[in-house]
Amino acid sequence: MKKRSIVPYGPQHPVLPEPIHLDLVIEDEKIVEAIPSIGFIHRGLESLAMKRDFNQMVYVAERVCGICSFGHGFGYCEAVEDIMKVEVPDRAKFLRTIWFELSRMHSHFLWLGLLADGFGFENLFYQCWRIREKILDVLELTTGGRVIFSVNKIGGVMKDITPEMAVAISEMLTSVKKELKQIVPIFMEDYSVRSRLEGVGVLTKEQAHTLGCAGPFARASGIGADMRTLGYGAYKELDFEIITSDKGDCYARCDVRIREIFQSIDLIRQALDKLPEGELAAAVKGNPNGESFIRIEQPRGEAVYYVKANGSPHLDRMRVRTPTFANLAGLCETLKGADYADVGLLILTIDPCISCTER
Amino acid sequence: MFQIKRSPWVLHYDGSSCNGCDIEVLACLTPVYDAERFGIINTGDPMQADILLITGGINSQNADVVKQLYDQMPRPKVVVAVGVCACTGGIFKDCYNILGGADKVIPVDIYVPGCAARPQAIIDGIVQAVDLFQRRLEKHNDYMKEHAHDKNDAKNKKTGTED
Repeated sequence: MKKRSIVPYGPQHPVLPEPIHLDLVIEDEKIVEAIPSIGFIHRGLESLAMKRDFNQMVYVAERVCGICSFGHGFGYCEAVEDIMKVEVPDRAKFLRTIWFELSRMHSHFLWLGLLADGFGFENLFYQCWRIREKILDVLELTTGGRVIFSVNKIGGVMKDITPEMAVAISEMLTSVKKELKQIVPIFMEDYSVRSRLEGVGVLTKEQAHTLGCAGPFARASGIGADMRTLGYGAYKELDFEIITSDKGDCYARCDVRIREIFQSIDLIRQALDKLPEGELAAAVKGNPNGESFIRIEQPRGEAVYYVKANGSPHLDRMRVRTPTFANLAGLCETLKGADYADVGLLILTIDPCISCTER
Repeated sequence: MFQIKRSPWVLHYDGSSCNGCDIEVLACLTPVYDAERFGIINTGDPMQADILLITGGINSQNADVVKQLYDQMPRPKVVVAVGVCACTGGIFKDCYNILGGADKVIPVDIYVPGCAARPQAIIDGIVQAVDLFQRRLEKHNDYMKEHAHDKNDAKNKKTGTED
């Protein structure tokens, strides 16, 4: 038997700013097993549901994760609105969809940049983040915030997109699409980039299904699961297809996310064209009483919100099941048999967000 | 004398933040804000870092990690708390697992408020940290000079070669 040794990885490590700890059991340069230990960012924010009232919890829910913050607020609001039987105005639904897709775009650009940084391509990292700043500028113009923009409230949204802002969004989409087309060939065709991505960390469809993976990570393995098809928000009035790939390696995950950016651009354009006139928010009276279970598609995959209310301003329970937590099992499976040098890259390809993993 | 001003190496550690401040810290490095024009380099190695940027509050599990990172950094060093969670605990202050801001376990010199802190504010915080670092370095060097003198004296006494 070959000699085995254990290499501790993290919590402070140069791959991504967030702390994740892995004990890597290695044989020579090959990984035999990876044992994750988490809890470095656990705050216990679900317990705040008992201390804050249900309107204030929107802001707490948004801080489950700073990258997909809009989605978490959205999911929580949908759950409470479902309990209270609030009819959200059509315009609010469309505005939410537009902002949600904009945050998906900035999240995917962020991931592309980190991936480039992961395989040591600094220039590409800077390019991705430079393009991402244009999306953040538009978010700041429309909502006032760059990464955490509290525009959701129970019953609708707080801010509006004026026709001038719609023009600015449309111009931004044109220029982002043009610049993205310029960097796509580097990710997809460059020899050295492909040599780092192709065939690395393969996860088969069966494995992805058994381990309960979610989001682009599962879609890259051929599982066509996209919660947007459930038709929450304004998605049922928009036209889109689920993007999948069947290779299941790092290259496929990169490919799926790049195509999702183009899809988001298309979805925002459709939503802007169909944006109806009307109220921004419906009036909300009384306190919620009952329970609800909502599934939405975050940039990282399927997120589940469970809310139980008892008729008082304070909720009984709020539970968030995040996609990154579901993907950890898949990550440990892909790490088995991988080279030690690829560990950083493989951790990146699940698009880790430790703060929503641990909440 | 060796001057370090305007070339600080920054160590970034995510305490228990929601990632909002972390991606803003990274955004500082991108071409739009370009923190590298001040000579700021983001390093992953605490032993080469001059400034510790900490985001997020302290919880029971990462308190030791933060303390260890601070101890591993060479003197002199400056700590910048980025975001309201690192300053006081912020929105998560009442959570059962949050002990409070970063100053619960390590001495914090500069507080950058905001949720999430804007890149401009973060860069301003780092620039202030560089000034503070410079003052501390001068003090440190003066001290080392005096100390070196003492050391020589002690050495001379020991070996008996006093002149």
